[in-house]
Amino acid sequence: MKKRLFALMLAMSLVSAVLAGCAGGSKTENPGTDNAPTLKELNIGIAQDLDDSLDPHKNVAAGTREIMFNVFEGLMKPTSTGDLIPAVAESYTVSDDHLTYTFKLREGVKFHNGQTVTPDDVLYSYNRCMEDNAEIQVKLPANIDKVYVENGDICFQLTEPSNEFLSYLTVAIIPADYTEQDTKPVGTGPFKFVSHTAQDSVVMERFEEYWGESAKLDKVTFKIIENADNIVLSLQSGAVDLFAHLTTAQTSQLGAGFHVEAGTMNLVQALYLNNAVAPFDDVRVRQALCYAVDREAMIDLAFDGYGYPIGTSIYPAFGKYYDESLVNNYPHDVEKAKALLAEAGYPDGFAMSITVPSNYKPHMDTAEVLVQQLAEVGVTATIQPVEWETWLSDTYVGRQFESTVVGVDAANMTARSLLERFTSTAGNNFVNYNNAEYDTLYAAAQASFDDAEQIALYRQAAANLSENAANVYLQDMADLVAVRDGVEGLNFYPIYVLDLSTLDIAA
Amino acid sequence: MKKRNAYFVAGLILTGFLTAMILLGLFWTPYDPNAMDGAAKFLKPSLQHLMGTDGFGRDIFSRVLKGAGTTYGIAAATVAIGGICGTLIGALTGYFGGIVDDVLMRLGDVLTAFPSILLALVVISILGPGKTINVMIALGLVFIPSFARVTRTAFASLRDVNYIKSARLMGASSGRILWRHMLPNTWDVLLPALTIGFNNAALAEASMSYLCIGVTPPDASLGYMLSEAQGMFVRAPWYAISTGMTLVLMVFGMGLLGEGLQHRHGEVF
Repeated sequence: MKKRLFALMLAMSLVSAVLAGCAGGSKTENPGTDNAPTLKELNIGIAQDLDDSLDPHKNVAAGTREIMFNVFEGLMKPTSTGDLIPAVAESYTVSDDHLTYTFKLREGVKFHNGQTVTPDDVLYSYNRCMEDNAEIQVKLPANIDKVYVENGDICFQLTEPSNEFLSYLTVAIIPADYTEQDTKPVGTGPFKFVSHTAQDSVVMERFEEYWGESAKLDKVTFKIIENADNIVLSLQSGAVDLFAHLTTAQTSQLGAGFHVEAGTMNLVQALYLNNAVAPFDDVRVRQALCYAVDREAMIDLAFDGYGYPIGTSIYPAFGKYYDESLVNNYPHDVEKAKALLAEAGYPDGFAMSITVPSNYKPHMDTAEVLVQQLAEVGVTATIQPVEWETWLSDTYVGRQFESTVVGVDAANMTARSLLERFTSTAGNNFVNYNNAEYDTLYAAAQASFDDAEQIALYRQAAANLSENAANVYLQDMADLVAVRDGVEGLNFYPIYVLDLSTLDIAA
Repeated sequence: MKKRNAYFVAGLILTGFLTAMILLGLFWTPYDPNAMDGAAKFLKPSLQHLMGTDGFGRDIFSRVLKGAGTTYGIAAATVAIGGICGTLIGALTGYFGGIVDDVLMRLGDVLTAFPSILLALVVISILGPGKTINVMIALGLVFIPSFARVTRTAFASLRDVNYIKSARLMGASSGRILWRHMLPNTWDVLLPALTIGFNNAALAEASMSYLCIGVTPPDASLGYMLSEAQGMFVRAPWYAISTGMTLVLMVFGMGLLGEGLQHRHGEVF
């Protein structure tokens, strides 16, 4: 059995590699989709089928939401720079006590089925996400007292002020009397859903009556390629023009005719330290580890140079909260690291374990490099690979670990989703960070309604994490997208979506 | 006669050569097998790097030496644990028979019914992953039933042979009979079983490390190296080829040795 399993895997790797090699030879003969100037069609590869409901309020899979982003819109929609702009709403006003939000609907916004969006549709959509229905996965926050229509405007009455309320209004607006949302979704986005063939493809076409700037592509076909070994092959054979979330091992095989665009994965990859256990309860030890680690070298070794070094728990796509200078707080300095360790009482270093979810190869690779770098300052680190479920239960929830390499992402586009976890009482503070100054800064930021002041406070909180070396911050990993030459206009978002509306094929 | 001995000689040469290289690797490797070098990523095989370098700029030859040693050590320990425990169980059940024999053998049937990788995985998750010693124990335990079965058959077939009956009549103790009279006469079955077991253990270690439940990186083992090499096959084919060939030669050498032993004993007895 084991022999066969092993032989099978080896054989599969050999076959796929050989096939990929063959395909490389014939790539120049295939012009892809460039020979259809009248109709702009694009084939995009996705790594997973849309297994759950297509109803925007019911699906949970990140991969489903990633592409259905093009079909649906809320009152507000996110932009590639991390801001929110009015979409189905034309504008909004906030009362002085921050308790009432009034949205003026945009005139003549059409659903893909031809109906015009009415205030009732909006009311239906948002009420649907507030009612107690286990099927509905998208939930509006509990601080909404009621939603009502007044003079054709949509009004939200809150029980308490919230500076994050707007970010929830990206929830999709769907027609009130439509019952086939699960399989034939209808929204207001720049693309309309045409069909979904299980295990094969998803087709979308441009929505001609879109209220905003019309999309440039006529038709997009998402091809489902679940076997990772076939990804490169599908690009080289011309079956697919664009594929996101690739590894450097995959992009390095592409050859001519493609270019690679690097966005960010939008997560904070770090060597997370359990601040409650010795020796990591000593700030000097944590700082020493920060000096010991050479981020640039790590990114070069494990990620072929693709990656964005960061110095705190905010990643670059967060724009206004992101302070670029923090990355320079701990330049690689072996001598300084040794001095700090000696000062903390560990002149000869110490032994530590790094828990890594073994199914995440990038994190395993990172840990391998870290082991080497830490050895230079006398710290003997051993990697402890664990299953993802074990990581969640023991490391994340149980907090039974010394250090771990993972990427932490943001549930939504708020500073809160990244920074709240480091307050001393937060339930998800798995690193047990406990800093009174941080708690004060965070609470002040939460209570503030002045945008500039709030940004300043969040930045100070982020700086606090860096100065006290809460963790050894590494990078925001690169999101590599293989794009056929001639396809342009790819925009990266601070959230996990693939925006088709700006994509175009050069003539 | 000549042809049969050729198996043994070829196996001995191959295994001897690899063992020598692995012993050398314990004391000396051309480079530090774990040292990374950003400037030396994906170098083709050359005089500086006999088998090239991997994606971290590590010398593959050094890692193969160390990794083969790890795989070898685990296989040897597995065969030792499985062989000793299995022979003991097989000898006792084969000689005495009875209800204990039935129970133990049915238990063995149950264990063999599961894929061995799955069993090893269960043991690993109980003992805790990431430690080489645990891989040895897990694989050792998994290999006990197969050894026990082979030994049991051999001992059971000797139980009623005349010279054993005579020994019993002369008042020899059971222990003495098992150890002095029966064990030496089961070597022709045991030795090939050990070499085959060694090969299976080496492959099992490789598959476990390949699945990331065996040896912990950055330490090298052939299985883990193969799983790494798979991802970079187009970029660095030499990685998979050199690592894979080492594993193939290792198993092939042992296989020849086992084959040779089988034939040799077949002639002697």
